[in-house]
Amino acid sequence: MVERPSPRGKRVSLFVTCMVDMLYPDTGLSVVDVLTHLGVEVDFPLGQTCCGQPAFNAGYWPEARQVAIQFLKAFKEAEVIVAPSGSCAAMVRHEFPRLFADDPAWRGEAERVAAITWEFSEFIVEGLGVTDLHGRLPTPHTFAFHDSCHGLRLLGLKEAGRILVGNLQNATLVDWADSENCCGFGGLFSVKMADVSGAMLGKKLDRIAQSEVDAILTGDVSCLTHMNGGLEKQGQAARVRHIADVLAEGVRHAEPGQ
Amino acid sequence: MQNRANNFIPMAQVALNDADLQTAVSFGTQAGFNKRQAAMFADGEAHGQAMRQQAAAIRRRALNNLPELLEQAEANMQANGIQVLWAVDGEEANRHALEIARRHAAQSVVKSKSMVTEETGLNHALEAAGLDVLETDLGEYIVQLGEETPSHIVVPILHKTKESIRDLLIEKAHMPPTDDPETMARFARETLRPRFLAADMGISGGNFIIAETGSLALVSNEGNARLVTSLPRVHVAFVGIEKVVATVEDYATLTQVLPRSATGQALTVYTHLVNGPRQPGEADGPEHVYVILLDNGRSAIYNSDYCEALACIRCGACLNGCPVYQATGGHAYGWVYPGPIGAVVTPLLTGLENATPLPYASTLCGMCKEVCPVDIDIPRMLLDLRRDLVAQGHGGAVWGVGMKAWAWGAKSPTRFGLGGRVAASGRRFMPQRLPGPLNGWTDYRRTPQFAAKSFRQLWQERKGADDEQP
Repeated sequence: MVERPSPRGKRVSLFVTCMVDMLYPDTGLSVVDVLTHLGVEVDFPLGQTCCGQPAFNAGYWPEARQVAIQFLKAFKEAEVIVAPSGSCAAMVRHEFPRLFADDPAWRGEAERVAAITWEFSEFIVEGLGVTDLHGRLPTPHTFAFHDSCHGLRLLGLKEAGRILVGNLQNATLVDWADSENCCGFGGLFSVKMADVSGAMLGKKLDRIAQSEVDAILTGDVSCLTHMNGGLEKQGQAARVRHIADVLAEGVRHAEPGQ
Repeated sequence: MQNRANNFIPMAQVALNDADLQTAVSFGTQAGFNKRQAAMFADGEAHGQAMRQQAAAIRRRALNNLPELLEQAEANMQANGIQVLWAVDGEEANRHALEIARRHAAQSVVKSKSMVTEETGLNHALEAAGLDVLETDLGEYIVQLGEETPSHIVVPILHKTKESIRDLLIEKAHMPPTDDPETMARFARETLRPRFLAADMGISGGNFIIAETGSLALVSNEGNARLVTSLPRVHVAFVGIEKVVATVEDYATLTQVLPRSATGQALTVYTHLVNGPRQPGEADGPEHVYVILLDNGRSAIYNSDYCEALACIRCGACLNGCPVYQATGGHAYGWVYPGPIGAVVTPLLTGLENATPLPYASTLCGMCKEVCPVDIDIPRMLLDLRRDLVAQGHGGAVWGVGMKAWAWGAKSPTRFGLGGRVAASGRRFMPQRLPGPLNGWTDYRRTPQFAAKSFRQLWQERKGADDEQP
């Protein structure tokens, strides 16, 4: 593992991800609010679109490269990149160097952004060394975590989100046996193999139904869209939330002076 | 074996609608997964991970030296009195077996479990030549009775419930009715025992070949492999050329991770080394031992970026851990090797065009790599196979057009932002059921809702407001 440069004291360039940009802009604002609360300067490069993962995972590498080049251009000046997604962060960190391995024009830049990209909760806990946001939820809530697969197995994300949410006042974490089980999304898989994906989702929803928590928290809006979409299709409440939204709620209700 | 991998999607559909299969696969994979976790980490996480690292390094070292190790293994096996035959493909391997049977006037054959012989279609070839072939692994025996194929590389009948096994034994083997698994197993044992004694030839697979000693290593739990390799006059082992390891010490490490990963055992009940035919003065053992080393596409994998796939020790842990395998069972994968490792080796061994859905039969969740005792990066290979499929024109026309259009939009922030605004303005008109290939989404989930304003719009509004403040 390459030693990653410390991101402390540096300006953060937010990679909001295409899904948050278009479907969950409030989650993007949550990220900005939490980082601002920590005194971090946040910048949003307007040239950004998507990391290219949809094409990459589908096998369309030339198309993925076209989109990834736009990412490299947009984040040319970035010192630190933070994304509210383990999956998109993993794309930049693990796959960009592979995607541009044979492209001398972009390989260096691909390796540079790979080394400075962080997932949101990982950035706060491991990058900044902050474990307590001194936030407070207005009412008591119980939470379980869904560890999104790419964050869990490609970036080793597990504790950071739990530490931050667990330290919010009024938040109670519940151990959930289903935390590490895939929800069945898999991008194109959810459409191409819809019935298998649907069966996997069905198992996940059964376990969500059995869990006695107010919300399931995840670090990826792709899994969130999949699980909430399934819950709503069944006529149930969409109770999967992004970690950033809960943290921002806590920060916004923090006691003054903290 | 006939390859039906291109029918993965309809076969998966059948499996999803088979209630018995769902019960059996769900139970079997969960039990396998839990037992593996307990056994692998019985002495702590660090110890288990250290075993995995050692095993991974051993297999990669063996692959790095594969040509030399194979030559060394051949020489040492021959020195032990084992006759070594090479086979380029399954047909040649089966032909070797038939010639051996003729040479030794063998009529009755007993087999222990071997996935390689599934690859070559050996049973069919032997039966077509008039030989009697009996599978003696309990699971394989039931597969043979039911005229099926194994659905799991370690547990061939993982897809069957106890009740369906009982019914099959009653119908096909005339077992006296019983619901007790032990009584069923005893019935099978008593049925098989006289056949071992009467057999002319035993055919086994091989878990490893140890190059420095010229030994064939087998693991089993039922003792049938030991009978197959010692009672008949002739023993023939079918082994893939990738199964060679350098030293006894290497073997000792692998034979610890294999059962832990496969069945959750620290060691299998029988851990068995074959070092040649019966020697003068020995009480038992075959008069002739043959090892058939099968290539069948492995050399091509060896010389490709997918060489890592040959490190596989066929433990089945990735099958048990895979959420797709857990949902579909093994038959949907359409060939010999199901699950994540099957999704890699089936296209590589039988041709990408003959297994186009398999590399896509994964969410890339990474569980396969996490549980692999030799740390094979299966998700990486699935991604690379998808790339190769698309490059060879097997990506699907609709997806190709879609991806090109998407890339055209997403490589320009102007078009991307504009596209977002168009989608947002049309969000009230999003249909309940999405059109074309996207309707798979809305069969199980609500249509995602675009936000009225994108983040980039909100950000710019915020910035504008900030800038106006004194």
